[in-house]
Amino acid sequence: MSDLIEFQHVSFSYHQSEEDAEPIPVLHEVNLSIKKGEFVAVLGHNGSGKSTLAKHINAILQPTEGVVYVDHIDTRDDELVFDIRQHVGMVFQNPDNQIVATIVEEDVAFALENLGVPPKEIRRRVDDALKDVGMFAYREHAPHQLSGGQKQRVAIAGIIAMNPDCIVLDEPTAMLDPKGRREVLNTIERLNKEYQTTVILITHFMDEAVRADRVVVVDEGRVLMDDVPKAVFVQVERLKEIGLDVPQVTELAYELRKAGVAFAPDVLTVEEFTEEFKRIMEA
Amino acid sequence: MAIIKTEHLTHLYGTGTPFEKAAIRDVNLEIEEGELVGVIGHTGSGKSTLIQHLNGLLKPTSGHIYIDGTDIFESVQILQKTRFKVGLVFQYPEYQLFEETVEKDIAFGPKNLGFTEEQVKEAVSHAMECVGLSDAFRKKSPFELSGGQKRRVAIAGVIAMRPKVLILDEPTAGLDPKGRDTILNLISDYHRAEKNTVLLVSHSMEDVAKYCSKVLVMNQGHVFSYGTVAETFSRADEIEQIGLAVPQVTRLFSALAKEGYEAGEEVYTIVRAKEILLEKFLQKGGA
Amino acid sequence: MLSDITIGQFFPGKSIVHRLDPRAKILLVIAFIILLFVVRNPVSFVLIGIFLAVIYIVAKIPARAIWRGVKPILPLILFTSILNLFFVDGEPLVKWWIFKITAEGISVAVLMAVRIVCLIIGSLLLTYTTSPIALTDAIERLLKPLKVIRFPVHEMAMMMTIALRFIPTLLEETDKIMSAQKARGADLETGSIIRRAKALIPILIPLFVSAFRRAEDLALAMECRCYRGGEGRTRMKQLHFSHLDGISAVATGVVFVAAVLLDVFLPKII
Repeated sequence: MSDLIEFQHVSFSYHQSEEDAEPIPVLHEVNLSIKKGEFVAVLGHNGSGKSTLAKHINAILQPTEGVVYVDHIDTRDDELVFDIRQHVGMVFQNPDNQIVATIVEEDVAFALENLGVPPKEIRRRVDDALKDVGMFAYREHAPHQLSGGQKQRVAIAGIIAMNPDCIVLDEPTAMLDPKGRREVLNTIERLNKEYQTTVILITHFMDEAVRADRVVVVDEGRVLMDDVPKAVFVQVERLKEIGLDVPQVTELAYELRKAGVAFAPDVLTVEEFTEEFKRIMEA
Repeated sequence: MAIIKTEHLTHLYGTGTPFEKAAIRDVNLEIEEGELVGVIGHTGSGKSTLIQHLNGLLKPTSGHIYIDGTDIFESVQILQKTRFKVGLVFQYPEYQLFEETVEKDIAFGPKNLGFTEEQVKEAVSHAMECVGLSDAFRKKSPFELSGGQKRRVAIAGVIAMRPKVLILDEPTAGLDPKGRDTILNLISDYHRAEKNTVLLVSHSMEDVAKYCSKVLVMNQGHVFSYGTVAETFSRADEIEQIGLAVPQVTRLFSALAKEGYEAGEEVYTIVRAKEILLEKFLQKGGA
Repeated sequence: MLSDITIGQFFPGKSIVHRLDPRAKILLVIAFIILLFVVRNPVSFVLIGIFLAVIYIVAKIPARAIWRGVKPILPLILFTSILNLFFVDGEPLVKWWIFKITAEGISVAVLMAVRIVCLIIGSLLLTYTTSPIALTDAIERLLKPLKVIRFPVHEMAMMMTIALRFIPTLLEETDKIMSAQKARGADLETGSIIRRAKALIPILIPLFVSAFRRAEDLALAMECRCYRGGEGRTRMKQLHFSHLDGISAVATGVVFVAAVLLDVFLPKII
């Protein structure tokens, strides 16, 4: 499989205002490549640079140094910005602030209308997208009648209607209750499994990151770790140092090891922990 | 005597229309002074409606609310006094900041309550100390601060009113793990230092298990349960049945129990879990 | 509560009136307004009244909705009627000090009152049976020719859509901020006008801050969804004039012509 997204030595800094001579650095020398169909979680605390990283993927921001390629297109090419944004859709944190229209289906149609898609095809793709996120029954509702999780699913439908190769979600569950979080996560996971849509999920909930194929940990604008979830979460000490969580069972395994028990460190779920516990007790 | 007591508290929306709906119905509750109570429940379970009654922002359709033994709707004067006995921090409280400086914003509440200038000054200093904001923040504009800092300013604005009961509606929503721990630790410290009653609305069972002394579970406008953390999580199965989660360690111990490894008690913190498991390993090693 | 306010007062339904093309409805309302100012005899107004009643019945709009729409305008109607009553010249019927009431005055006062009431009831029909989004859409399309003179038709329509979208959100937000400040002891209900105006500051500032934040977020989200103005845009929902619109136009036309003809042959009020 070829790389869909590639960051080569990307650095980014921004000028706070005109008078400020010193630009504020946000990203340093980021190298990252993401393949088609991958489900990547990006972890990092607030201000770590993870949102800035995300905004580079669909050319909202352009690198100060280095290059970002999306499907081999250089994001600095202003002529191709809309091609890139069709390839890479983006969902944001606040569900209220990204819905444009007063009716659910009109909102899902928004991107396609902007792209000049013929009306009949818009209708078909809007209906498909709404069915994919399980919001078809709500197509004629007003956004303010929906719950947070439902609004976020409408926002996702608005993106997948464009048929993008990749969806970047910037803390899509931060403002949701547990039910809404579950709904959104299940939707994302289904899109990734059934349609091989590449998913880049920016989050600080470790229980969401555990479900990804790969976890990228960002701290102070650098990629600190980049591996499968098990390999990332065993580094309990290091994650805590940079202000991130690990699943409770992983922490418990870590504590047991510290107390001298030969417990496998890479347990992320209750089931894995139970198996390992049985193994030791029955040995 | 209970600091908070409700009797048959009911609140209906849209009375007299076909859409009449009870946000809360027949809530009878007694919360003792000095508890740190975790309030959990789904969105729409009535927990937000309940807490807005406790300081008189919402008027009950029927039933009574007693704070410190007084019915808060007995008279307008009592109601106004209640407003500062029960401090309420809303969700995303940083969106209510409006003054030019942190200091002035925190002083808004105390001034409204008619504190003297001296009292206001003292209250602001005390509140800033409670939320861990140094004097360097006094003259800063609240709009320049980071998300977590803004939230601390907003919480200080309520603490400055010197409430006997502090209610926080999801004070950690939208924060990262570090920001969340900071806020929860300062709430816990505040509770310990002031010996006040604190109600903490949360979606995180892990946080409730770690910080709270009692848990109030709301479901469909009713009190599902009210008791100690251990009592609450001893009903883990029922809690999961109404669609709420229990801490992962609690789930782990019910899974272990099914495999024949009983803990003999409710486990809901990592510290306790570690002790119990180490003991099991020791027993096995000794056997 | 603030959030109970409904915007546009749209009554969803499936009646013929609802299904008409919104552009047709706007044009018919304009024709109706012109008609109101042409006819001046009582019989025509009776005809117009019957016509309105029939449409309201067909559209299944409850009578109290009419009352709700007219009520806020009553003071204005009363005011213009009184002005007309006293200041129209003619043969005085009653005379007292500098005031005189003339037959012509009474006629003009009644005519104007009837006109305004008909005008409101007729225009309300448009907002009662057309969703705000359809209305915005129709206005955009009807004004399209103005693009030639560089009138920003698409931008205006987009602004209207976004305003409609965010009114409920901001109302809810206002409600929340008001509760939060009340919990901090803010007194919004008592005191002099100046005190009350000052009491609004803790509500207005957070509201503005939040509105700007939302605007920024929304602009970013729109950019991510390839928004680049009205150029080259298509629409999912196409508006088509159907035979239904034709029939309605003809039916309405007949009534209007009848009203005008009656006006030619019958004695006028003034």
